[in-house]
Amino acid sequence: MTLATAKKRSAKGASARRGADHGAWFLVLPALIPILILSVGPLLYGITLAFTDSQSGRTEPTEWIGLLNFQDLLHDTLFWDSFRIGLLWAVGVTVPQFLLALGLALLLNQNLRFRWLARSLAIIPWAMPEVVVGIMWRLVYNPDAGVLNETLGNLGFGDGRDWLTGLGTALPAVIVVGIWAGMPQTTVALLAGLQNTPRELHEAAEMDGAGAWRRFRTVTWPALKPVALAITALNFIWNFNSFALVYVLTNGGPGGRTRLPMLFAYEEAFRYGQFGYAAAMGCVMVAVISVILAFYLVGRLKGGDEK
Amino acid sequence: MSTTRTSKPARAGQYLALLGYLVFLAFPFLWLISTAFKPPRELASLHPTWIPKDPTFANFRQAFDEQPLLRAAGNSLIAAVCAALIAVAIATPMAYVMARHRTLLARAATGWVVVSQAFPFVLVIIPLFLVLKNLGQINSLPGLIMVYVVWALPFALWMLVGYVRAVPTELEEAAAVDGAGKLRTLVSITAPLLAPGIVATILFAFITAWNEFFFALVLLKTPEKQTLPVVLTHFIGAEGAADLGPLAAAAFLATLPSLVIFAIIQKRITGGMLTGAVKS
Repeated sequence: MTLATAKKRSAKGASARRGADHGAWFLVLPALIPILILSVGPLLYGITLAFTDSQSGRTEPTEWIGLLNFQDLLHDTLFWDSFRIGLLWAVGVTVPQFLLALGLALLLNQNLRFRWLARSLAIIPWAMPEVVVGIMWRLVYNPDAGVLNETLGNLGFGDGRDWLTGLGTALPAVIVVGIWAGMPQTTVALLAGLQNTPRELHEAAEMDGAGAWRRFRTVTWPALKPVALAITALNFIWNFNSFALVYVLTNGGPGGRTRLPMLFAYEEAFRYGQFGYAAAMGCVMVAVISVILAFYLVGRLKGGDEK
Repeated sequence: MSTTRTSKPARAGQYLALLGYLVFLAFPFLWLISTAFKPPRELASLHPTWIPKDPTFANFRQAFDEQPLLRAAGNSLIAAVCAALIAVAIATPMAYVMARHRTLLARAATGWVVVSQAFPFVLVIIPLFLVLKNLGQINSLPGLIMVYVVWALPFALWMLVGYVRAVPTELEEAAAVDGAGKLRTLVSITAPLLAPGIVATILFAFITAWNEFFFALVLLKTPEKQTLPVVLTHFIGAEGAADLGPLAAAAFLATLPSLVIFAIIQKRITGGMLTGAVKS
């Protein structure tokens, strides 16, 4: 650090301390109050609901029932099925998506013609409402009028399948859509990470005769790792919590094969009115996500140590 | 510019991979457009074609006949505009504090931004549903807008913090040295530099709300009040059977606003996201 930046930092620190006393609270309150009332509050309320027998349309007062909801959950095989499917889906989307996006980011980091086209097209999945993404892929997968079966037929793979209602094909089919929908964001994040890699290091490694794989392992990956970890953790969590896409594609079918935990909890709460029970499901989901976040944070701290 | 030497076969492989990606990216969307313009006869054909032989706008007309699309679009527009403006109006001062002051509060807020990305909405929507019901705000746009404001806040804060950090503190300090008060500095120095970022954040918050589905599905009960994404799902019947042409037409229309806006602000979003992500 040069002297100039050191001075700048200390000056910044001093002004920050002065400012914090007066203006800060006044500036923060307009956002803080709605956050507390409409986000933190409901979250805490939601957690307490998990310990009650709250139901929609219940006339007698809601009662505190302790861990009963969680005990029921433990024996609810349908819930654990959906939980397993949720994990399968989240891994099934996140991992291939990361690998594809990484390859693509490396590709787009090259001097290729038409890469602008890839960047412009990437807007489509990113900006589209999830509902429309779902509808669009329903059209692709449509057994009779869909482009997929028609193309497969032309290639000589005859009998048209109904991908979204087949017991074995439904989950893979929705996973492909999940990968498609999240690719651009992941790619852009990784591309940004790549552009943080110092070029000189690459050149030096190349002059030393390092091959492509070695250059990737020793130069690119260490610089990319924090971004890669962050985007993967976030993607996993988003996917695990996702709802709209699968709701439109299969609504959890066939026979619950694509019933993600969020779909299950939604039905429990808003079709069967079991608010307390659904809240308990939410709590279990939060617990799992916390574990993943913890892993991510540990990974991030470790990454910091290596530097 | 690039210094890495790439062999010819490797180059060819790279272009092939790029082509594969472009096809994967584009084909569902092209199919959506193609389906939207096909007359019923072609949709029923056993061998669907990429390009409609007899393109027609009939599907669009039928879509508007079947579902209250215009009203739904109006509802979506009101909800998204209000939510975006309110969210950014209240997020900007907070983002300023988070970017400039490393207080406990700023750190707690940053932590909340991260954590809020993680909770399953079902845990938030049940209590919100109960509270809004008690307030008589179920099936009302104001109730939905309140939810959207808070829902759009984390990302708005995230983007805005990045934009504020991009404004050099030296400029503010110079203004202070010249005798400008804090408010004066904010209004005449910081705000103009921040304006493009604020606009980009408003547009992004607009798209998020325009596209949102889950909260709208739970909170809006009658077709007159529902937003576009919810009404779109009505095209898919209970049994999953759907009139493909109107379905495609309506879906295509619902996407256009987001696509156009996103095309305009794409660079700014990724820029804001990145500065936010890299510096935190």
